[in-house]
Amino acid sequence: MATTATAPAFAPAESYVGESGLWSWLTTVDHKRIGTLYLFTSLFFFLLGGVEAGIIRWQLARPNLHVVSAETYNQLFTMHGTTMIFLAIMPLSAAFFNYIVPLQIGARDVAFPRLNAFSYWVFLLGAVFINASWFFGAAPDGGWFAYAPLTTRQFSPGMNIDFWVIGIQILGVSSLAASFNFITTIINMRAPGMNLMRMPMFTWNVFVTQFLIMLAFPVITIALVFLQFDRFFGTQFYELAAGADPLLWQHLFWIFGHPEVYILILPAFGLISEIVPTFSRKPIFGYPVMAYATMLIAFLGFGVWAHHMFAVGMGPVGDTVFGVTTMLIAIPTGVKIFNWIFTMWGGSIQFTAAMKFAIGMICLFIIGGISGVMHASPPADLQQTDTYFIVAHFHYVMFGGSMMGIFGGIYYYYPKITGRLLSEKLGSWHFWLTFIGMNLTFFPMHFSGLMGMPRRIYTYDAGQGWTRFNEISTAGAAILIVGTAFFVWNFIASYRKGAVAGNDPWKAGTLEWAIPSPPPEYNFARIPRVTSRLPLWDVTGKDSKQHAGVSPYMEPATGKTAAEIGIPMPNPTIKPLLVAVGLTWMMTGLLFIPHDKVKLALAVIISGAIFMTAMLYGWVLSPLEDHNH
Amino acid sequence: MSHAAALSGVQDDPHGEHPVTSTGLDNKKLAIWAFIGSECMLFASLISTYLIYKGRSVVGPYPHDPCGPPNCSANFPAILNIPVTSASTFVLLMSSLAMVLALAAVENADQPMPTEFGARLLRSSKLWLWMTAILGTTFLGFQAYEFTSFVHEGLTIRTNLFGSSFFTLTGFHGAHVTAGVLWLLTLLAIDYRRGLGPKDAINVDLAALYWHFVDVVWIAIFTLVYLIK
Repeated sequence: MATTATAPAFAPAESYVGESGLWSWLTTVDHKRIGTLYLFTSLFFFLLGGVEAGIIRWQLARPNLHVVSAETYNQLFTMHGTTMIFLAIMPLSAAFFNYIVPLQIGARDVAFPRLNAFSYWVFLLGAVFINASWFFGAAPDGGWFAYAPLTTRQFSPGMNIDFWVIGIQILGVSSLAASFNFITTIINMRAPGMNLMRMPMFTWNVFVTQFLIMLAFPVITIALVFLQFDRFFGTQFYELAAGADPLLWQHLFWIFGHPEVYILILPAFGLISEIVPTFSRKPIFGYPVMAYATMLIAFLGFGVWAHHMFAVGMGPVGDTVFGVTTMLIAIPTGVKIFNWIFTMWGGSIQFTAAMKFAIGMICLFIIGGISGVMHASPPADLQQTDTYFIVAHFHYVMFGGSMMGIFGGIYYYYPKITGRLLSEKLGSWHFWLTFIGMNLTFFPMHFSGLMGMPRRIYTYDAGQGWTRFNEISTAGAAILIVGTAFFVWNFIASYRKGAVAGNDPWKAGTLEWAIPSPPPEYNFARIPRVTSRLPLWDVTGKDSKQHAGVSPYMEPATGKTAAEIGIPMPNPTIKPLLVAVGLTWMMTGLLFIPHDKVKLALAVIISGAIFMTAMLYGWVLSPLEDHNH
Repeated sequence: MSHAAALSGVQDDPHGEHPVTSTGLDNKKLAIWAFIGSECMLFASLISTYLIYKGRSVVGPYPHDPCGPPNCSANFPAILNIPVTSASTFVLLMSSLAMVLALAAVENADQPMPTEFGARLLRSSKLWLWMTAILGTTFLGFQAYEFTSFVHEGLTIRTNLFGSSFFTLTGFHGAHVTAGVLWLLTLLAIDYRRGLGPKDAINVDLAALYWHFVDVVWIAIFTLVYLIK
């Protein structure tokens, strides 16, 4: 198999090694280190969510198994969904936002480096908070969309939902802070000459994603506030006896929840849009249309939420409107898929591991997209809703789409982050096992779903006709586990043994490849002046294969620090972490209210708020960087 | 070299007035607009819920209509006090005017001081920041009075859907005003310590944008909750 995995002759890995040690990580404001923290944390949670999925598949492997109790099973599928969405895919995307976007736009950091650190620490503490529920035997059990009134105190009296509702609220703060940061960064920190229509396609997708986060997360925030107030303070937002609308939560949740699925998929689209052109040796086909399609997906994404609710009986007008808008989204999405295919058309394709994941992602996402158009039709959806058909659909778009794209991104950017290439051989194993395992696991669910198997069901009888499909799914899950083991092994082993990457191991065309791998703390010793979409390709003309090492954009590794070159960099600081601690501390106080420990709750909330505010003042009033340069 | 300029690699402009970013706007200004965009969705969710739940409460008190037995446990008057809230709305709107004058005073702090008394008053950033903060606090006082009287009249956040959605919506707004007052007091503390000058104008501008936004939200709340029956 043809690969580019040989080490280039130039630029030995005389990489910049900054300070190490725990304190330097706790106080870092460097977008690359924060990206690395996001990457490791979210990979951990990806594996944890995978373990939860493994137990679910084990429980469903045969009829009438009792591997776990029904209560635990509810907790497992709830936490599997919550973990994969909020603690794995979103932060894996955030790892790339952090690490790659400033490099792609030719900046030395994000607009607000300390806010960026704050986002990470809030995410980490929120993730720990929500998972701490396991140790109390009270993991959330209301499904990842936690429908109220089911999740009100009357029907979910335990602490399970308390952990969920507070944890998701904390995580929302992280995402919102990051969205303000990245919107500002992408609008305002671009290198001279990089106008919007010269931005790399990944940055475009991140840009649009941030707007989705900015506008969608406040809605879930309010839905959660209502639920918290109902559970902790006795309000009646979801209290049917008081006249509440049983659909209020569903509407608010899905006004957030549908944009959320684009928040999960657009970054993967962006990664694919970098990988496919690089390994086809062609600029992306239809660049402006790709950018417009991304915006159109995001725009339409706010007008389709009720297609998650066809079964509640909205009437013909509501059903029609939301069915039509949902089908409309297939158009810009199809445009993207055709553009990737046209990019490959006539290209000189290299089947690296990253490219395999990219092509695999396109194939699998098409399947998930088509089943999505199927249940855009309300009559069809009435047959499919809450069955395994839906489970099949969203795993094809979330695993087959987002995760395959992210795996591609990891193979593509690992050399930039570590300075070494992942093994292509192990990568190939990882890809094929994942591709086969994924299809074996999720394709049969289409059939079991159409045959009536409800999702979230604890177990089933032998005579229901679902046994064979479930056996195949569980076998597929086992293959996925083996594939993931190859990935983990590759990830760890290549850190020491991988081939040295050099600046631009893939001979790609965007700015992040102009600088050494791993990049020095200041990224660019001199800020590039951009004159085209693919600066590293265009210097040597249309035939991009020849550029290696000779582009004037290339910066050799010097091993010099920012101070030696005279570049002012933001000071490390512990304060963002402390503010995040204060926030989580404050929110934790709510947990005591249902146990009638109101005084303790107030003490925790008020002390947390005071601590948070004090640390916030310390942060805001201290300068970002020393002024003596 | 300013921070934004250093990190984006763009040189300061020759006059040294503003760091040059891709748009020429300060990073903080873009971020506060993004924040305000986000806040719009937050209040839109709160206001929509209030409107959806309007008229759905199964027990009183109600916002615009009196009620009594047998539908309500006691005789409740129509609970919203529009004259009082009109006064508090006026106070909050005037605080926006004071905020504009505070920003103008900070922007012009390095200009020669005029001799005329009225013109001198207009140049005092401390006066107008105090004025804004005091008017904001007065608004909060009105709200505290309103909340307490509602509780005395039998309406709490737990009474009915109107109580839940009303107190949550206006409470969120009040919390935003409170945060704004703290922000203004912080600016005042800086003003007393070292004086606010044109270089601080961006920071006062951020507070002003936030303050005006919170005002605009109140106009929506006042119209939709109080004025429309």
